[in-house]
Amino acid sequence: MAATMSVQVRKCQLRDKPSFLAKTITSLAYADQVTIQQEKDDWYRVVPLNRPNGGWVHVSALSKKKIVLKPGSRDIDSAASSDELALAGKGFNEQVEKDFKKKNKNVDFTWVDKMEKIVISQVEMQNFLKDGGLIAEGEGA
Amino acid sequence: MKYIFSRRDFLQHVGKISLAGAGAYGLTSMLHGCISADISSTLSQVSRHSGSIINVAKAGIKTFDDFTPEQEYYIGRTVGALILEKYKPYDNTEVTRYVNILGQTIARASDLPETFNGYHFLVLDSNEINAFATPSGLIFITRGMLGCCADEGELAAVLAHEVGHVQLKHGLQAIKKGRFTEFGSILAMETTKALTDSEVAQLVESFEGTISDITTTMINNGYSRSFEVDADKSAAIIMGRVGYNPTSLITMLEAMDAKLQPGGRDFAKTHPSPSSRINYLAKRITTEQDPETPDARARRFREAMKIS
Repeated sequence: MAATMSVQVRKCQLRDKPSFLAKTITSLAYADQVTIQQEKDDWYRVVPLNRPNGGWVHVSALSKKKIVLKPGSRDIDSAASSDELALAGKGFNEQVEKDFKKKNKNVDFTWVDKMEKIVISQVEMQNFLKDGGLIAEGEGA
Repeated sequence: MKYIFSRRDFLQHVGKISLAGAGAYGLTSMLHGCISADISSTLSQVSRHSGSIINVAKAGIKTFDDFTPEQEYYIGRTVGALILEKYKPYDNTEVTRYVNILGQTIARASDLPETFNGYHFLVLDSNEINAFATPSGLIFITRGMLGCCADEGELAAVLAHEVGHVQLKHGLQAIKKGRFTEFGSILAMETTKALTDSEVAQLVESFEGTISDITTTMINNGYSRSFEVDADKSAAIIMGRVGYNPTSLITMLEAMDAKLQPGGRDFAKTHPSPSSRINYLAKRITTEQDPETPDARARRFREAMKIS
């Protein structure tokens, strides 16, 4: 039985080589499940469940726990222990943040939201490394 | 060109990271475990309670390492909002963009390149010399700190040090141990069943306490010396991976040392003295040759700082 892992970040890219500068094949979303095929350093070659094409993903995006977005009793019944299952959106979550904001109206999240919208493209990063005479991933010692 | 960060230290460091990461990712051992897992024995362990109220998450959260990246993200957002309550953001698109390109490039070379919603950087409009990193990767640097950086390599050193704090989960480790008992009992009830109003209220209180534990350490008291040393070690490794000279970490600390006011309320209060960090690093970082900074790198730094 090949090992299955879940995506534990909001969104990540599946790439054609084990590098952040490699071409993106497709995107994976939170709680997507993948089957591990190969390991290379901190990168895993995976195939998402019910999808044809595999690719490379950094291990920090994956959890050994099955992440369940909307858990029903069947998911819970079929888990052997709490070590195997994580419920998305439980504990400290969006609702807790909303309630925190209600209690602490002086705390302003505007700039936190703005910061999170700053996206640097892969091309910008590649050019930044190249122009700066820096090491692109995989070229380093 | 290769930058050498004492191999023995590096190995110790890597060992520490893989230990710390074991709970979160449980890489190789976990995979072997899964592969060899016998399905029938797994099924035999399944507890068949009646109804849907089963304490699957009974283990709950016992240590900082049990938070999911999603929960770490929500903790980090509120910590970030509280930092921004104390410091005004510096609203300048060019500088923000430059710091994010540099910072996100650095973060990708760390041992924790993927966090729940990625790394994001912001300059704070303050003359204080300071920098902060929240769990999950919101990183703040003051204009005063920018002023201590003579070139891109030195700014890379500051940002890599902060990424080191995120990677090593230093923010979460500031949460008081008793806190885990407090919200552990609520989260132990975590099931498919929604929490009651009073349970939600309790959870929000625990959240406030958690945030306060982190901001008290991060903003007021500072991390332990060993956390700072570990973040410096991570920074040196990350810098080497990207191609910056790790000695920039030392030159940046020297510049800070010259500027910090003893007894000041900023970095001087929350960090071990730059000179003690320099002594530690100088023994461990060596370079094979002096780096030459390409013109383009020097130019883009000058341009970004001119407007900062």
